[in-house]
Amino acid sequence: MKQLLVVLLVGMGVVTYGQKYASEKSLVSFYSHATIEDIAAKTTKASSIFNVATGEIVFSIPIKDFDFAKSLMKEHFNEKYMNSEKIPKSTFQGKIAGFQVDATGAQQAKATGKLTIHGITKDIDVPGTVEFANGTVIVKSAFIVKLEDYEIMRPQLLWKNIAEQVEVKIEFTYKPI
Amino acid sequence: MKLIRILVLVLCSFHLFAQEDLMKELQKSEKPETDYATSTFKGTRLVNGQTVETKGKGALEFIFAHRFGAINTGIYNFYGLDNAHVRIGLEYGVTDRLGVSIGRSSEDKTIDGFLRYKILRQSTGVENIPVTITAYGNAACKTSPAKADATYPITLTDRMAYTGQLLIARKFSSQFSMQLMPTVVHKNTVDKSIEKNDQVLLGLGTRTRVTRSMSLTAEYYYRFDVMNTNPYYNAAGLGMEFETGGHVFQLVLSNTQGINERALLTEATGNIGKGAIHLGFNVTRTFQLKKQVK
Repeated sequence: MKQLLVVLLVGMGVVTYGQKYASEKSLVSFYSHATIEDIAAKTTKASSIFNVATGEIVFSIPIKDFDFAKSLMKEHFNEKYMNSEKIPKSTFQGKIAGFQVDATGAQQAKATGKLTIHGITKDIDVPGTVEFANGTVIVKSAFIVKLEDYEIMRPQLLWKNIAEQVEVKIEFTYKPI
Repeated sequence: MKLIRILVLVLCSFHLFAQEDLMKELQKSEKPETDYATSTFKGTRLVNGQTVETKGKGALEFIFAHRFGAINTGIYNFYGLDNAHVRIGLEYGVTDRLGVSIGRSSEDKTIDGFLRYKILRQSTGVENIPVTITAYGNAACKTSPAKADATYPITLTDRMAYTGQLLIARKFSSQFSMQLMPTVVHKNTVDKSIEKNDQVLLGLGTRTRVTRSMSLTAEYYYRFDVMNTNPYYNAAGLGMEFETGGHVFQLVLSNTQGINERALLTEATGNIGKGAIHLGFNVTRTFQLKKQVK
Protein backbone atom coordinates (compact mmCIF):
# COMPACT_ATOMS: atom_id res chain seq x y z
CA MET A 1 0.00 0.00 0.00
CA LYS A 2 2.70 2.42 1.05
CA GLN A 3 4.89 1.32 -1.83
CA LEU A 4 2.10 1.95 -4.30
CA LEU A 5 1.62 5.39 -2.87
CA VAL A 6 5.30 6.17 -3.27
CA VAL A 7 5.25 4.93 -6.85
CA LEU A 8 2.24 7.07 -7.64
CA LEU A 9 3.77 10.14 -6.08
CA VAL A 10 7.05 9.64 -7.89
CA GLY A 11 5.16 9.03 -11.09
CA MET A 12 3.29 12.24 -10.62
CA GLY A 13 6.51 14.09 -10.00
CA VAL A 14 8.02 12.76 -13.20
CA VAL A 15 4.97 13.60 -15.24
CA THR A 16 4.69 17.14 -14.06
CA TYR A 17 8.29 18.19 -13.60
CA GLY A 18 10.64 15.71 -15.15
CA GLN A 19 10.24 16.10 -18.87
CA LYS A 20 9.68 19.70 -19.69
CA TYR A 21 11.51 21.33 -22.54
CA ALA A 22 11.65 25.01 -23.40
CA SER A 23 12.24 26.35 -26.88
CA GLU A 24 15.71 27.63 -27.52
CA LYS A 25 15.27 28.47 -31.18
CA SER A 26 12.15 29.05 -33.18
CA LEU A 27 11.07 29.91 -36.67
CA VAL A 28 7.46 30.66 -37.51
CA SER A 29 6.60 31.70 -41.04
CA PHE A 30 3.57 32.08 -43.21
CA TYR A 31 3.02 32.34 -46.88
CA SER A 32 0.04 33.33 -48.93
CA HIS A 33 -0.19 33.13 -52.64
CA ALA A 34 -2.46 35.64 -54.32
CA THR A 35 -3.01 36.94 -57.81
CA ILE A 36 -1.27 40.26 -57.41
CA GLU A 37 1.32 39.66 -54.78
CA ASP A 38 2.64 36.78 -52.70
CA ILE A 39 2.93 37.62 -49.06
CA ALA A 40 5.48 35.97 -46.79
CA ALA A 41 6.64 36.77 -43.29
CA LYS A 42 8.65 35.16 -40.57
CA THR A 43 9.70 35.58 -36.99
CA THR A 44 12.19 33.97 -34.67
CA LYS A 45 10.58 35.45 -31.56
CA ALA A 46 8.04 32.73 -30.82
CA SER A 47 8.45 30.71 -27.64
CA SER A 48 7.20 27.33 -26.52
CA ILE A 49 7.20 24.74 -23.76
CA PHE A 50 6.86 21.06 -24.57
CA ASN A 51 6.33 18.32 -22.01
CA VAL A 52 7.62 15.20 -23.72
CA ALA A 53 6.20 12.86 -21.08
CA THR A 54 2.62 13.98 -21.54
CA GLY A 55 2.91 15.39 -25.05
CA GLU A 56 1.54 18.69 -23.86
CA ILE A 57 2.72 21.67 -25.83
CA VAL A 58 2.06 25.39 -25.70
CA PHE A 59 3.47 28.13 -27.88
CA SER A 60 3.07 31.86 -28.21
CA ILE A 61 3.87 34.06 -31.22
CA PRO A 62 4.24 37.84 -30.91
CA ILE A 63 2.42 39.22 -33.97
CA LYS A 64 4.29 42.52 -34.17
CA ASP A 65 7.57 40.66 -34.64
CA PHE A 66 6.70 39.21 -38.02
CA ASP A 67 9.06 40.61 -40.64
CA PHE A 68 7.93 41.20 -44.20
CA ALA A 69 9.65 42.12 -47.43
CA LYS A 70 7.83 45.45 -47.48
CA SER A 71 7.45 47.78 -44.53
CA LEU A 72 3.96 48.70 -45.73
CA MET A 73 2.91 45.03 -45.62
CA LYS A 74 3.98 44.84 -42.01
CA GLU A 75 2.05 47.98 -41.19
CA HIS A 76 -1.11 46.73 -42.85
CA PHE A 77 -0.77 43.29 -41.33
CA ASN A 78 -0.60 44.74 -37.83
CA GLU A 79 -2.99 47.66 -38.21
CA LYS A 80 -5.68 46.48 -40.55
CA TYR A 81 -5.77 42.72 -40.33
CA MET A 82 -4.41 41.45 -37.02
CA ASN A 83 -5.17 44.39 -34.74
CA SER A 84 -1.95 43.49 -32.97
CA GLU A 85 -2.05 46.47 -30.67
CA LYS A 86 -5.04 44.93 -28.90
CA ILE A 87 -4.27 41.29 -29.66
CA PRO A 88 -0.50 41.06 -29.50
CA LYS A 89 -0.13 37.28 -29.54
CA SER A 90 -1.26 34.12 -31.22
CA THR A 91 -1.10 30.98 -29.10
CA PHE A 92 -1.50 27.25 -29.24
CA GLN A 93 -2.35 24.96 -26.36
CA GLY A 94 -2.55 21.26 -27.03
CA LYS A 95 -1.03 17.85 -27.14
CA ILE A 96 1.24 15.96 -29.49
CA ALA A 97 0.60 12.25 -29.86
CA GLY A 98 2.25 9.45 -31.78
CA PHE A 99 5.92 9.78 -30.89
CA GLN A 100 8.32 7.75 -28.77
CA VAL A 101 10.79 9.43 -26.43
CA ASP A 102 13.44 6.82 -27.12
CA ALA A 103 13.14 6.66 -30.91
CA THR A 104 15.63 8.34 -33.22
CA GLY A 105 15.03 10.33 -36.38
CA ALA A 106 12.05 12.47 -37.25
CA GLN A 107 8.84 10.78 -36.18
CA GLN A 108 5.49 11.57 -37.71
CA ALA A 109 3.15 12.84 -35.03
CA LYS A 110 -0.12 14.63 -34.66
CA ALA A 111 -1.00 17.68 -32.63
CA THR A 112 -4.47 18.49 -31.42
CA GLY A 113 -5.49 21.50 -29.44
CA LYS A 114 -6.64 25.07 -29.44
CA LEU A 115 -5.12 27.60 -31.80
CA THR A 116 -5.86 31.23 -31.00
CA ILE A 117 -5.29 33.80 -33.73
CA HIS A 118 -6.71 37.32 -33.78
CA GLY A 119 -8.44 36.54 -30.50
CA ILE A 120 -10.43 33.67 -32.00
CA THR A 121 -9.86 30.15 -30.68
CA LYS A 122 -10.38 27.09 -32.86
CA ASP A 123 -9.77 23.40 -32.29
CA ILE A 124 -7.20 22.17 -34.74
CA ASP A 125 -5.70 18.85 -35.62
CA VAL A 126 -2.44 19.08 -37.57
CA PRO A 127 0.39 16.75 -38.62
CA GLY A 128 4.01 17.34 -37.79
CA THR A 129 7.27 15.71 -36.78
CA VAL A 130 9.05 15.24 -33.48
CA GLU A 131 12.74 14.46 -33.41
CA PHE A 132 14.98 13.69 -30.44
CA ALA A 133 18.64 14.43 -31.10
CA ASN A 134 21.56 15.10 -28.73
CA GLY A 135 19.46 16.11 -25.77
CA THR A 136 17.35 18.46 -27.85
CA VAL A 137 13.90 18.03 -29.31
CA ILE A 138 12.85 19.44 -32.65
CA VAL A 139 9.17 19.89 -33.42
CA LYS A 140 8.02 20.91 -36.88
CA SER A 141 4.62 21.40 -38.40
CA ALA A 142 3.03 22.96 -41.44
CA PHE A 143 -0.66 23.63 -41.75
CA ILE A 144 -3.22 25.81 -43.46
CA VAL A 145 -5.01 28.63 -41.69
CA LYS A 146 -8.20 29.95 -43.23
CA LEU A 147 -8.50 33.65 -42.57
CA GLU A 148 -12.27 33.43 -42.34
CA ASP A 149 -12.07 30.99 -39.42
CA TYR A 150 -10.26 33.58 -37.36
CA GLU A 151 -12.34 36.53 -38.52
CA ILE A 152 -9.46 38.18 -40.30
CA MET A 153 -10.93 40.57 -42.82
CA ARG A 154 -9.74 40.84 -46.36
CA PRO A 155 -10.00 43.88 -48.57
CA GLN A 156 -13.14 43.40 -50.61
CA LEU A 157 -12.45 45.78 -53.42
CA LEU A 158 -9.48 46.93 -55.41
CA TRP A 159 -6.43 45.14 -54.17
CA LYS A 160 -6.83 41.45 -53.79
CA ASN A 161 -3.40 41.06 -52.29
CA ILE A 162 -4.41 38.59 -49.67
CA ALA A 163 -5.33 34.98 -50.27
CA GLU A 164 -8.17 33.33 -48.41
CA GLN A 165 -5.83 31.01 -46.65
CA VAL A 166 -2.21 31.07 -45.59
CA GLU A 167 0.28 28.30 -45.12
CA VAL A 168 1.86 28.43 -41.67
CA LYS A 169 5.10 26.69 -40.79
CA ILE A 170 6.43 26.33 -37.30
CA GLU A 171 9.70 24.93 -36.07
CA PHE A 172 10.90 24.80 -32.48
CA THR A 173 14.16 23.44 -31.10
CA TYR A 174 13.89 22.61 -27.41
CA LYS A 175 16.27 22.03 -24.55
CA PRO A 176 15.35 20.56 -21.16
CA ILE A 177 14.34 23.16 -18.58
CA MET B 1 -7.72 1.33 -1.73
CA LYS B 2 -9.86 4.37 -1.26
CA LEU B 3 -6.72 6.42 -0.90
CA ILE B 4 -5.44 5.23 -4.24
CA ARG B 5 -8.69 6.10 -5.93
CA ILE B 6 -8.50 9.60 -4.50
CA LEU B 7 -4.90 9.88 -5.61
CA VAL B 8 -5.79 8.76 -9.12
CA LEU B 9 -8.52 11.35 -9.21
CA VAL B 10 -6.18 14.03 -7.97
CA LEU B 11 -3.64 12.99 -10.58
CA CYS B 12 -6.25 13.16 -13.33
CA SER B 13 -7.41 16.60 -12.33
CA PHE B 14 -3.80 17.67 -12.15
CA HIS B 15 -3.47 16.65 -15.77
CA LEU B 16 -6.41 18.77 -16.75
CA PHE B 17 -4.85 21.82 -15.20
CA ALA B 18 -1.34 21.06 -16.35
CA GLN B 19 -1.86 22.61 -19.77
CA GLU B 20 -3.13 25.82 -18.34
CA ASP B 21 -0.10 25.84 -16.08
CA LEU B 22 2.20 25.24 -19.01
CA MET B 23 0.80 28.36 -20.71
CA LYS B 24 1.31 30.36 -17.52
CA GLU B 25 4.81 29.01 -17.26
CA LEU B 26 5.48 30.07 -20.84
CA GLN B 27 4.19 33.56 -20.19
CA LYS B 28 6.37 33.82 -17.13
CA SER B 29 9.46 32.68 -19.03
CA GLU B 30 9.00 35.28 -21.76
CA LYS B 31 11.38 38.13 -21.48
CA PRO B 32 9.81 41.57 -21.15
CA GLU B 33 10.07 43.43 -24.43
CA THR B 34 9.86 46.95 -25.74
CA ASP B 35 6.73 47.59 -27.72
CA TYR B 36 7.07 50.43 -30.21
CA ALA B 37 4.10 52.49 -31.33
CA THR B 38 3.61 52.10 -35.05
CA SER B 39 1.53 54.08 -37.54
CA THR B 40 1.11 57.13 -35.36
CA PHE B 41 0.00 58.72 -38.60
CA LYS B 42 -1.00 57.09 -41.82
CA GLY B 43 1.29 59.07 -44.05
CA THR B 44 4.16 61.50 -44.08
CA ARG B 45 1.73 64.47 -44.36
CA LEU B 46 -0.79 65.45 -41.73
CA VAL B 47 -2.73 67.92 -43.86
CA ASN B 48 -0.23 70.26 -45.49
CA GLY B 49 2.57 69.81 -43.00
CA GLN B 50 4.78 66.91 -42.06
CA THR B 51 4.30 64.06 -39.61
CA VAL B 52 6.81 62.11 -37.53
CA GLU B 53 6.47 59.16 -39.88
CA THR B 54 9.45 58.05 -41.92
CA LYS B 55 9.33 55.66 -44.80
CA GLY B 56 10.68 52.22 -44.03
CA LYS B 57 14.16 51.35 -45.23
CA GLY B 58 14.25 50.94 -48.97
CA ALA B 59 10.77 52.37 -49.54
CA LEU B 60 10.26 55.11 -52.12
CA GLU B 61 7.21 57.30 -51.85
CA PHE B 62 5.92 59.24 -54.78
CA ILE B 63 3.74 62.13 -53.68
CA PHE B 64 1.53 64.19 -55.89
CA ALA B 65 -0.11 67.12 -54.15
CA HIS B 66 -2.60 69.52 -55.57
CA ARG B 67 -4.09 72.72 -54.10
CA PHE B 68 -6.81 74.48 -55.98
CA GLY B 69 -7.56 78.17 -55.76
CA ALA B 70 -9.82 79.63 -53.09
CA ILE B 71 -13.40 78.43 -53.16
CA ASN B 72 -14.69 81.99 -52.67
CA THR B 73 -13.24 83.17 -55.99
CA GLY B 74 -16.59 82.21 -57.47
CA ILE B 75 -17.93 80.61 -60.57
CA TYR B 76 -15.61 82.68 -62.83
CA ASN B 77 -12.68 80.65 -61.46
CA PHE B 78 -14.90 77.59 -61.12
CA TYR B 79 -14.64 77.92 -57.34
CA GLY B 80 -10.88 77.74 -57.42
CA LEU B 81 -10.43 74.79 -59.71
CA ASP B 82 -8.93 76.99 -62.41
CA ASN B 83 -5.89 77.91 -60.34
CA ALA B 84 -4.14 74.83 -59.09
CA HIS B 85 -0.75 74.56 -57.46
CA VAL B 86 1.06 71.28 -57.70
CA ARG B 87 3.94 69.65 -55.92
CA ILE B 88 5.51 66.49 -57.20
CA GLY B 89 7.96 64.84 -54.86
CA LEU B 90 9.88 61.71 -54.03
CA GLU B 91 10.90 60.54 -50.58
CA TYR B 92 13.22 57.64 -49.94
CA GLY B 93 13.82 55.72 -46.74
CA VAL B 94 17.60 55.48 -46.40
CA THR B 95 17.12 53.68 -43.10
CA ASP B 96 14.01 53.02 -41.05
CA ARG B 97 14.67 56.35 -39.33
CA LEU B 98 16.18 58.57 -42.02
CA GLY B 99 14.27 59.89 -44.99
CA VAL B 100 15.45 62.10 -47.84
CA SER B 101 13.26 63.90 -50.33
CA ILE B 102 13.25 66.19 -53.34
CA GLY B 103 10.28 67.94 -54.85
CA ARG B 104 9.10 70.76 -56.98
CA SER B 105 6.13 73.02 -56.40
CA SER B 106 4.55 75.16 -59.06
CA GLU B 107 4.07 78.07 -56.64
CA ASP B 108 7.04 80.39 -57.21
CA LYS B 109 8.54 77.48 -59.21
CA THR B 110 10.09 76.18 -56.01
CA ILE B 111 12.49 73.29 -55.81
CA ASP B 112 12.83 71.85 -52.33
CA GLY B 113 14.76 69.14 -50.60
CA PHE B 114 14.47 67.83 -47.08
CA LEU B 115 15.76 65.36 -44.57
CA ARG B 116 13.85 63.87 -41.70
CA TYR B 117 15.24 61.77 -38.92
CA LYS B 118 13.35 59.90 -36.25
CA ILE B 119 15.21 60.66 -33.03
CA LEU B 120 12.93 58.90 -30.54
CA ARG B 121 10.31 56.24 -30.89
CA GLN B 122 7.29 56.05 -28.59
CA SER B 123 7.39 52.76 -26.73
CA THR B 124 6.17 50.85 -23.72
CA GLY B 125 7.64 47.88 -21.91
CA VAL B 126 11.32 47.72 -21.05
CA GLU B 127 11.88 51.13 -22.60
CA ASN B 128 9.15 53.57 -21.76
CA ILE B 129 9.13 56.59 -24.05
CA PRO B 130 5.97 58.70 -24.19
CA VAL B 131 6.49 60.34 -27.60
CA THR B 132 7.98 59.91 -31.03
CA ILE B 133 10.25 62.77 -32.08
CA THR B 134 11.35 63.44 -35.62
CA ALA B 135 13.65 66.28 -36.70
CA TYR B 136 12.82 67.82 -40.03
CA GLY B 137 14.94 70.18 -42.12
CA ASN B 138 13.93 71.64 -45.44
CA ALA B 139 15.70 73.93 -47.93
CA ALA B 140 13.65 75.52 -50.68
CA CYS B 141 14.71 77.57 -53.68
CA LYS B 142 12.29 79.88 -55.49
CA THR B 143 13.35 79.82 -59.10
CA SER B 144 10.73 82.43 -59.97
CA PRO B 145 11.04 85.22 -60.97
CA ALA B 146 13.60 84.52 -63.68
CA LYS B 147 16.71 86.69 -63.41
CA ALA B 148 15.70 88.81 -66.40
CA ASP B 149 12.25 89.50 -64.94
CA ALA B 150 13.36 90.38 -61.42
CA THR B 151 12.85 93.92 -60.20
CA TYR B 152 16.25 93.83 -58.43
CA PRO B 153 19.47 91.91 -59.13
CA ILE B 154 18.31 88.64 -57.57
CA THR B 155 20.89 86.06 -56.48
CA LEU B 156 20.62 82.40 -55.51
CA THR B 157 20.95 83.46 -51.88
CA ASP B 158 17.86 85.66 -52.19
CA ARG B 159 15.87 82.72 -53.46
CA MET B 160 16.56 80.39 -50.57
CA ALA B 161 14.38 79.66 -47.54
CA TYR B 162 14.88 77.09 -44.79
CA THR B 163 12.56 75.34 -42.38
CA GLY B 164 13.49 73.45 -39.23
CA GLN B 165 10.93 71.50 -37.24
CA LEU B 166 10.78 69.23 -34.28
CA LEU B 167 7.80 66.96 -34.72
CA ILE B 168 6.67 65.55 -31.39
CA ALA B 169 3.86 63.03 -31.58
CA ARG B 170 2.03 60.67 -29.32
CA LYS B 171 -0.24 57.85 -30.36
CA PHE B 172 -2.80 57.76 -27.57
CA SER B 173 -4.65 54.81 -29.05
CA SER B 174 -5.06 53.23 -32.44
CA GLN B 175 -7.91 55.73 -32.88
CA PHE B 176 -6.20 58.95 -31.88
CA SER B 177 -2.80 60.58 -32.33
CA MET B 178 -1.61 64.10 -31.64
CA GLN B 179 1.42 66.07 -32.76
CA LEU B 180 3.16 69.28 -31.68
CA MET B 181 5.35 71.07 -34.19
CA PRO B 182 7.73 73.78 -32.93
CA THR B 183 8.97 75.37 -36.14
CA VAL B 184 11.43 77.96 -37.37
CA VAL B 185 11.27 79.31 -40.91
CA HIS B 186 14.18 81.39 -42.20
CA LYS B 187 13.85 83.30 -45.44
CA ASN B 188 17.03 84.88 -46.73
CA THR B 189 15.32 87.81 -48.35
CA VAL B 190 12.03 89.25 -47.19
CA ASP B 191 9.99 92.40 -47.50
CA LYS B 192 11.08 93.89 -44.18
CA SER B 193 7.97 96.04 -43.96
CA ILE B 194 5.76 92.99 -43.45
CA GLU B 195 7.88 90.15 -42.08
CA LYS B 196 11.13 89.16 -40.46
CA ASN B 197 13.74 86.79 -41.82
CA ASP B 198 13.21 84.36 -38.96
CA GLN B 199 9.73 83.33 -38.00
CA VAL B 200 8.80 81.09 -35.14
CA LEU B 201 5.68 78.94 -35.17
CA LEU B 202 4.04 76.28 -33.06
CA GLY B 203 1.83 73.77 -34.79
CA LEU B 204 -0.70 71.38 -33.37
CA GLY B 205 -2.18 68.47 -35.27
CA THR B 206 -4.39 65.45 -34.71
CA ARG B 207 -5.44 62.30 -36.45
CA THR B 208 -8.66 60.47 -35.61
CA ARG B 209 -9.26 57.09 -37.13
CA VAL B 210 -12.89 56.71 -38.15
CA THR B 211 -12.90 53.35 -39.90
CA ARG B 212 -10.24 50.76 -40.64
CA SER B 213 -9.12 52.65 -43.75
CA MET B 214 -10.33 56.21 -43.18
CA SER B 215 -9.09 58.92 -40.84
CA LEU B 216 -9.68 62.61 -40.24
CA THR B 217 -6.74 64.93 -39.68
CA ALA B 218 -6.44 68.52 -38.60
CA GLU B 219 -3.59 70.97 -38.13
CA TYR B 220 -3.03 74.55 -37.09
CA TYR B 221 0.13 76.61 -37.02
CA TYR B 222 0.33 79.62 -34.73
CA ARG B 223 2.89 82.25 -35.74
CA PHE B 224 4.57 84.15 -32.92
CA ASP B 225 5.49 87.81 -33.01
CA VAL B 226 3.80 88.69 -36.30
CA MET B 227 4.13 92.29 -37.52
CA ASN B 228 0.91 94.32 -37.68
CA THR B 229 1.47 94.94 -41.35
CA ASN B 230 1.70 91.23 -42.15
CA PRO B 231 -1.07 90.30 -44.60
CA TYR B 232 -0.92 86.54 -44.04
CA TYR B 233 -2.94 84.21 -41.83
CA ASN B 234 -2.06 81.36 -39.54
CA ALA B 235 -2.19 78.15 -41.55
CA ALA B 236 -5.03 75.78 -40.73
CA GLY B 237 -6.30 72.71 -42.46
CA LEU B 238 -8.54 69.69 -42.30
CA GLY B 239 -7.91 66.42 -44.06
CA MET B 240 -9.69 63.20 -44.75
CA GLU B 241 -7.46 60.29 -45.63
CA PHE B 242 -8.19 56.97 -47.28
CA GLU B 243 -5.89 54.07 -47.74
CA THR B 244 -5.95 51.28 -50.26
CA GLY B 245 -2.99 48.99 -50.75
CA GLY B 246 0.13 51.05 -51.40
CA HIS B 247 -1.83 54.28 -51.86
CA VAL B 248 -2.80 56.95 -49.41
CA PHE B 249 -5.28 59.49 -50.67
CA GLN B 250 -5.83 62.66 -48.64
CA LEU B 251 -8.54 65.17 -49.35
CA VAL B 252 -7.58 68.54 -47.91
CA LEU B 253 -9.32 71.79 -47.01
CA SER B 254 -7.07 74.63 -45.91
CA ASN B 255 -6.46 78.35 -46.04
CA THR B 256 -3.07 77.98 -47.63
CA GLN B 257 -2.31 77.12 -51.20
CA GLY B 258 1.43 76.67 -50.87
CA ILE B 259 2.70 73.13 -50.55
CA ASN B 260 6.26 73.57 -49.38
CA GLU B 261 6.87 74.83 -45.85
CA ARG B 262 7.94 78.37 -46.60
CA ALA B 263 4.76 79.13 -48.47
CA LEU B 264 2.31 77.03 -46.53
CA LEU B 265 3.43 78.08 -43.06
CA THR B 266 4.27 81.75 -43.47
CA GLU B 267 2.32 82.82 -46.54
CA ALA B 268 -1.18 81.48 -45.97
CA THR B 269 -3.42 83.92 -47.82
CA GLY B 270 -6.83 82.60 -46.93
CA ASN B 271 -9.17 84.34 -44.55
CA ILE B 272 -11.26 81.41 -43.41
CA GLY B 273 -14.03 83.69 -42.20
CA LYS B 274 -14.50 84.94 -45.75
CA GLY B 275 -14.48 81.46 -47.19
CA ALA B 276 -11.00 81.65 -48.67
CA ILE B 277 -10.52 77.94 -48.41
CA HIS B 278 -8.55 75.80 -50.80
CA LEU B 279 -9.57 72.33 -51.77
CA GLY B 280 -6.69 69.99 -52.44
CA PHE B 281 -5.42 66.48 -52.31
CA ASN B 282 -2.28 64.49 -51.63
CA VAL B 283 -1.86 61.18 -53.36
CA THR B 284 1.01 58.95 -52.43
CA ARG B 285 2.19 55.66 -53.80
CA THR B 286 4.86 53.67 -52.04
CA PHE B 287 7.24 51.37 -53.87
CA GLN B 288 9.55 49.03 -52.03
CA LEU B 289 12.88 49.28 -53.83
CA LYS B 290 14.88 47.16 -51.42
CA LYS B 291 13.40 44.17 -49.71
CA GLN B 292 13.63 44.20 -45.94
CA VAL B 293 13.79 40.44 -45.49
CA LYS B 294 15.12 37.92 -47.95
